[in-house]
Amino acid sequence: MATTLSLHLTRIVSQFSVPSSLLPPLSSAKQRPQLLQCRLRLRFHGRRGFFVSRQEAPRRRFSIFASTTSQDWDKHSDASNERYDVIVVGGGHAGCEAALSSARIGAKTLLLTLNIDRIAWQPCNPAVGGPAKSQLVHEVDALGGEIGKVADRCYLQKRVLNISRGPAVRALRAQTDKREYASEMKKILESTPNLSIREAMVTDMLVGKNDNVEGVCTFFGMNFYAPSVVLTTGTFMSGKIWVGKTSMPAGRAGESASHGLTEYLQQLGFETDRLKTGTPARVDCRTVDFSGLEPQHGDEEVNWFSYDPDYHLEREQMCCYLTRTTKSTHQLIKDNLHETPTYGGWVEAKGPRYCPSIEDKIVRFQDKESHQIFLEPEGRSVPELYVQGFSTGLPERLQLPLLRTLPGLENCSMLRPAYAVEYDYFPAHQCFPSLMTKKIEGLFFSGQINGTTGYEEAAAQGIVSGINAARHSAGKSVIVLERETSYIGTLIDDLVTKDLREPYRMLTSRSEHRLFLRSDNADNRLTPLGHDIGLIDDRRWKIYLDKKARILEEKQRLKTTRISSGDLTAEITEVSGQPVRDSSTLESLLKKPHVQYKILDKHGFGNNLLSRMDKECVEIDIKYEGFIVRQQNQLQQMVNQQHRRLPDDLDYYAMTTLSHEAREKLSKVRPRTIGQASRVGGVSPADVTALLIILESNRRRAHEERKHQMLTSIIADASQEVSESPLKETISP
Amino acid sequence: MALQPAFRFLLRHLPATISSIFPKLSIPVHRKLSILNSSSPKPISPTTQITWRAAKENKLVSDKDERFGNGTVSSAESVVNSSTIAAIVTSLCGPPAAVGIVRLSGPSAVSIVGRVFRPASKKKRRGPDWSPVSHVVEYGVVVDSHGNVIDEVLVVPMLGPKSYTREDVVELQCHGSEVCLHRVLRACLDAGARIAEPGEFTLRAFLNGRLDLSQAENVGKLISAKSVAVADSALAGIQGGFSSLVKSLRAQCIKLLTEIEARLDFDDEMPPLELNPVIDEIRGMLQEVDDALETADYDKLLQSGLQIAIVGRPNVGKSSLLNAWSKSERAIVTEIAGTTRDIVEANISVRGIPVTLLDTAGIRDTDDIVEKIGVERSEAVATSADVILMTVSATEGWTLEDEKLLERIQCNKSGSSSTPGVLVINKIDCAPSSLCDWVNTLSSSFNKHVFTSAVSGQGIPDLEAAIIELAGLNRIPTGGRKWTVNQRQCEQLVRTREAFIRLKSSIEEEIPLDFWTIDLREAALALGQISGEDISEEVLSNIFGKFCIGK
Repeated sequence: MATTLSLHLTRIVSQFSVPSSLLPPLSSAKQRPQLLQCRLRLRFHGRRGFFVSRQEAPRRRFSIFASTTSQDWDKHSDASNERYDVIVVGGGHAGCEAALSSARIGAKTLLLTLNIDRIAWQPCNPAVGGPAKSQLVHEVDALGGEIGKVADRCYLQKRVLNISRGPAVRALRAQTDKREYASEMKKILESTPNLSIREAMVTDMLVGKNDNVEGVCTFFGMNFYAPSVVLTTGTFMSGKIWVGKTSMPAGRAGESASHGLTEYLQQLGFETDRLKTGTPARVDCRTVDFSGLEPQHGDEEVNWFSYDPDYHLEREQMCCYLTRTTKSTHQLIKDNLHETPTYGGWVEAKGPRYCPSIEDKIVRFQDKESHQIFLEPEGRSVPELYVQGFSTGLPERLQLPLLRTLPGLENCSMLRPAYAVEYDYFPAHQCFPSLMTKKIEGLFFSGQINGTTGYEEAAAQGIVSGINAARHSAGKSVIVLERETSYIGTLIDDLVTKDLREPYRMLTSRSEHRLFLRSDNADNRLTPLGHDIGLIDDRRWKIYLDKKARILEEKQRLKTTRISSGDLTAEITEVSGQPVRDSSTLESLLKKPHVQYKILDKHGFGNNLLSRMDKECVEIDIKYEGFIVRQQNQLQQMVNQQHRRLPDDLDYYAMTTLSHEAREKLSKVRPRTIGQASRVGGVSPADVTALLIILESNRRRAHEERKHQMLTSIIADASQEVSESPLKETISP
Repeated sequence: MALQPAFRFLLRHLPATISSIFPKLSIPVHRKLSILNSSSPKPISPTTQITWRAAKENKLVSDKDERFGNGTVSSAESVVNSSTIAAIVTSLCGPPAAVGIVRLSGPSAVSIVGRVFRPASKKKRRGPDWSPVSHVVEYGVVVDSHGNVIDEVLVVPMLGPKSYTREDVVELQCHGSEVCLHRVLRACLDAGARIAEPGEFTLRAFLNGRLDLSQAENVGKLISAKSVAVADSALAGIQGGFSSLVKSLRAQCIKLLTEIEARLDFDDEMPPLELNPVIDEIRGMLQEVDDALETADYDKLLQSGLQIAIVGRPNVGKSSLLNAWSKSERAIVTEIAGTTRDIVEANISVRGIPVTLLDTAGIRDTDDIVEKIGVERSEAVATSADVILMTVSATEGWTLEDEKLLERIQCNKSGSSSTPGVLVINKIDCAPSSLCDWVNTLSSSFNKHVFTSAVSGQGIPDLEAAIIELAGLNRIPTGGRKWTVNQRQCEQLVRTREAFIRLKSSIEEEIPLDFWTIDLREAALALGQISGEDISEEVLSNIFGKFCIGK
């Protein structure tokens, strides 16, 4: 491991550095003519109806180190030039977290979005969480992000999945009110100090002469300046939506796509590709007959995404319903397969494997007579029902008849048709694990632009890029979450290392360390970091410390409290099927199969000071101690081995001992560590060994060269002293 | 993880040169937060010479969950941060040497040897752990996982950095026979060592800064040669029975992982998992691994052969038997009781397996000093042989001396493992067959009995059949599992077995489903020798291929 240095130290140091945003962007002027051409060419694609031009984005309070200069600069500002520390492009779930974390750290932040009314919109399933995704939400919350709190505040229904399958895969899923969610998040953004919001379509980047980002240009000719820019463009970059055979340029149904940016970034040398995803139809719940459908209720005991108890406010839950495809559904699809994009053959791109269209399911699993379809409410005040599991590429005229083959939906009316969307993304091997791009300093990518899917994945990247954008603009070092410490780290490591063939969704099976990356310990893993960065305030920090202390104390109590036989031991013998020895500790009782903390509570051996969450933590720590310790040991081994840093300037093509494939792939990905190198597809263990040998040889060679140089300079010095010759100047280094 | 175990170790042992450049500071929070400053300029494109400083990164290595005992792991295992390798480092080709060496290198070399080595000195035995003094030789025995003595050895501990690899190195000097060396190595593997790749000791030495630069090339060649060797052996193994077993076991693991993980990720879309077939399948796999490991023992048998001791009272025809069986005049045969004074060896081949016959002095109480030594040796041979042939004379029947002798042999074999014994009733040509009665009363003391005549050669094929049966070789169906398991494959199987045993106990203790995947993954890893992510990807594509999921 390289150096261990206090984060506090770097923070203090950086307070004295001058933010580079204050330097005038000299080079951008030179680049303008070329950029204008590019924009002119693309102007026709823009289909913006009207534009409310706001003279001045509301600038509230300023951060400590930005304030003096900003005020100073305000006096002679002209309307076309605005300076910020961080600009976030896009107001989706990545953009919101990025803008919030950046502003909260203290960077003067501007959020640019195509439509302010669509901030934090949930265009697909209005749900947050689920296996692996819930861990992401917990982790974002532990770092000081917002998605968990908003989901806790706007839920329609909550359920814990995988309850009995182990603590690492237990997952909270919330159905949310999509309008409430968006407006809550918007309110939070609007009331956050240091954060300005503005409608704009970004078409170009301003790039400095050191290949560093200096700002963005909008379609209508505004320049906004900042040393850090986060792009979270979602499905909007050259987005195109499809219903049946008909397509139109759009980011989402009814919203115009964003054009120009892809081409501009391609000119800078970025590699782009297309991905495709889709969303099913929505039906009017008032036209659905729920009487024959299986209801799916929420949990009676509600769980929470956020570790902040202030946000744990219970509310009334709504019901989801279960229906199934019928013979006539299957028949209708089989009769019209030629009308679907995949089987009709006019779209080659396949959708994600975990989100197959209903026609895909029926074609690929012919022997399955029926498929489950979930009907999920989209809000308390809207009649829309989300028909989960019923994505389709069929033309709109067939969609309603198809819906009406489902029991309960015989007379339904469709509010929105299902559609697919394809959009540009930038394969994320072009990013560092900090999410900064390798080509342009200060430019960060987050969300679907990196090829992911899902609000949770977007939020997770958003908070990382927001933190790093703010830190970069303040001259601080950027932060990388490692694969072993979090699902966020796993997500980003996968993105920057592996080849994607479909939109990336987080799954529990993607993490080799999932026993360690549980939802109950996300705060223990990440809140200290959040506190160091400045996203966790003192109140939250105290809550965290208190909780930690309570849990440790309780574990100690359980370890030392011994009990003699009685009601408790009798019940434990019954529940676990194992005998209880006399004067066993409470800890040893908890370790027995099927014994939960609740049993201790029931017999008066529990601790009333602990919350339900605390008790769960205690139970997990004790029950699975053996497994956790074993995994921890393996992890420690692994971390030490894999975190060896690779130099940035390695010439892989010159390494003849590597296989050709490894040379190619390593040159493309340029891994940061040995561990990352070993995860690159096509790099074999033998390649890794060869790489290690080369590194060691290089190190020795450099060492010997240094020694040689030192020696020659000593000799030179000595000869100078002796001769005082006129050659002196040419010899000395 | 991503790396093959063989290489995992290497990654950390490179000298951390950077750490010497930057000072180490203590951290105010309870977590490690190391900052890597990489300030080396990196050209962005070939056309521009403009460079920019690569992103500085804070690396968060929170290898500790703050809640979990503040990261202090109580087990001694916490210091283990790389694998420990073991191998026989002396040549096994050519005639057997007097001494052979098993070398271990790695951070847990001392603790692994501590698990298999029993020092002869009682003083040293007292401590809970073996704590050797570096470069001080100790004498003692190596025991296997059941506590049986395998060999007597000299142990040379060389603690890092004053060793060849700069890690802790322990060398076990054993007897030179291949059997001994393999048994000792196997014991080390069972105790947690990993078998070394060809050249790995040298590779470690190099990566730990031990060899000079000119030697680096040789190491490189070694590694590439190894890759070729691996490729060759992989090619050779494609048709082999072992590889098909490994493939099928691995496929079964992946299949189970697929079944389980599909349910973890797509909870409400899948039918519930039937646990009983899963448990049965896991039991079946464990059985297969056990069987395969047994084959590994036969395999060693094939390589090292059997030792058969012929014991009995004087003058029952032991030497004649040896001569008849080996079709030679190896042993001197006379009418005088006590002719054979020393051990006489003869090498024969029984159905392709090399067998060493050991003719011994007739065991009896004697005052003759030479004969006495011979008798002692006979008893010693009887304790170490793989099969004992207890020879009696058909003409004399089962005598009191025979009874005593049997007791003597049995009491020498104090250990729980009993050497299989065959009762050989010799001189059957000189006696009527009505003797059979007493033979049946002894059936509990012997695994088999055979009637022979050393003079006519009658009964020798029966004897061979009995030996084959006793050595268990008849259980290997011809053409079925007729493959051999080498040390490396054996290690693979041992690891797989460990994982399955842990899995079995998880099932028995009714640990939730998610925990099963940990050991299934480990089994698949041990079987596949591929990286963890590859397994993740394979499982994922299986999930998507097999199940209809997705919303």
